[in-house]
Amino acid sequence: MMEQHTTRAFDIDLQDLARLVAEMGGLAEKQIGESVDALNTHDLALAQRVIALDDKIDMLQREIEEKAILTIARRQPMAVDLRDIVGALRVANDLERIGDLAKNIAKRVGALDDDIELTKVLRGVEHMADLVLSQIKDVLDAYTRRDVEKALAVWRGDEEVDAVNNSLFRELLTYMMEDPRNISLCIHLLFCAKNIERMGDHATNIAETVYYIVEGRPLADERPKGDTTASATVAFPA
Amino acid sequence: MTMAENTATTFTTPVVTNRAVQSDSPLEEKVSVRTLNFYYGDNRALKNVSVPLYAGLVTAFIGPSGCGKSTLLRVLNRIYDLYPHQRAEGEVLLDNQNILNPALDLNLLRARVGMVFQKPTPFPMSIYENIAFGIRLYERLSKADLDARVESSLRRAALWDEVKDKLGANGLSLSGGQQQRLCIARTIAVKPEVILLDEPCSALDPIATAKIEELIDELKSDYTIAIVTHNMQQAARVSDYTAFMFLGELVEFGPTTKMFTSPSERRTQDYITGRFG
Repeated sequence: MMEQHTTRAFDIDLQDLARLVAEMGGLAEKQIGESVDALNTHDLALAQRVIALDDKIDMLQREIEEKAILTIARRQPMAVDLRDIVGALRVANDLERIGDLAKNIAKRVGALDDDIELTKVLRGVEHMADLVLSQIKDVLDAYTRRDVEKALAVWRGDEEVDAVNNSLFRELLTYMMEDPRNISLCIHLLFCAKNIERMGDHATNIAETVYYIVEGRPLADERPKGDTTASATVAFPA
Repeated sequence: MTMAENTATTFTTPVVTNRAVQSDSPLEEKVSVRTLNFYYGDNRALKNVSVPLYAGLVTAFIGPSGCGKSTLLRVLNRIYDLYPHQRAEGEVLLDNQNILNPALDLNLLRARVGMVFQKPTPFPMSIYENIAFGIRLYERLSKADLDARVESSLRRAALWDEVKDKLGANGLSLSGGQQQRLCIARTIAVKPEVILLDEPCSALDPIATAKIEELIDELKSDYTIAIVTHNMQQAARVSDYTAFMFLGELVEFGPTTKMFTSPSERRTQDYITGRFG
């Protein structure tokens, strides 16, 4: 671990920042898990709680921002300390966006008609959410430990999320073509899937931030990308 | 003092990172310090220091007290020659000419390599004479030319507007910040090529400091500047290249942007982030 600053209060400032980011990460994880649970079980009360939790995440982000700005003004950080603080700001930003996306999933729970039997598709969404949740857990762990290898694994792992998203996209398209009454539900699920896919992208952003904090330079490589939904079509059955 | 012996074994080759700040123009080494060793009697204060000063750029020297940064500056215009038992070994090339050569005309060298010290050191004479005095040592100018040179020097040092109506007043009657700018005006009046600044702002308030920094920025198009400073933020603000020295060694030298955001050496990082000792 890094040697301590001559000014101990500086260490405490940085530890406080890291602690706030970790707390925010924990809340974001909770929000994702519960939003997908609410979707699966059609639990409107749980969905409401997920929506309410977002305020707390937003508040934490503001607190991190204030603390970071104050620390920069007070300590004029250099090198790794500066990257640390800028990193905390960026990670907090990504977590806030992840929270918004989870909230959006929770909001759609009420719009879903639970009469229609689409367990199979829901399972696909759940699987994707599990994947992304473990990505986010890993990347937050990498952030806390400043573990570049682990961050890079998350960064590369996003391709798998994209693949699941692609197959889900095609599946939903097929359902919609089979029966127009499925369209409303499928569109909502499509948005949920998109939201989860976006969360995965934020996880890779955080991975890039971890890399920058530790290495002092941006990740130069091109990330493998697998999202092909922008050009995906499914032919009408003859 | 046994500092030299204690640390003689810790010498490592300095890490020289990416040379170019702007890659479009090749850098010209105005001054090249090569394997320089410096001794105060038996005490070895500089250990195999090699570092360039690039023409038209500002190079900052940082490091804890006693690391040799001021000593290095004192070698660059051979001020140390004034004192017995101080000697330098190695090479310091100014435009490819070794200035450590004992046959060198020191007065001429010091006109080419000017120096400004930590505490303002105006001569106890009028503002006008503070500037004119040095010029007369090297050049014979008409009254009109001398007046013009005094004015242009004071303008360059951003002091003219504040003193133009009291050029006859004693230099010591100025404020600390003005005195320091007077010293800079005095330095540039003899048209040097290199300017050495040894903690020029450490006795100044933030506004006077900002003026000096502005001045450094202004001057670097025409001069090669080396500045020693304890203020890391100042080094980050004013310099293009930064050299970090520790216990007489050059630990790391590189573009300032790199040095202050992601230095290569652990010791540099520990120092600039305040984790030393």
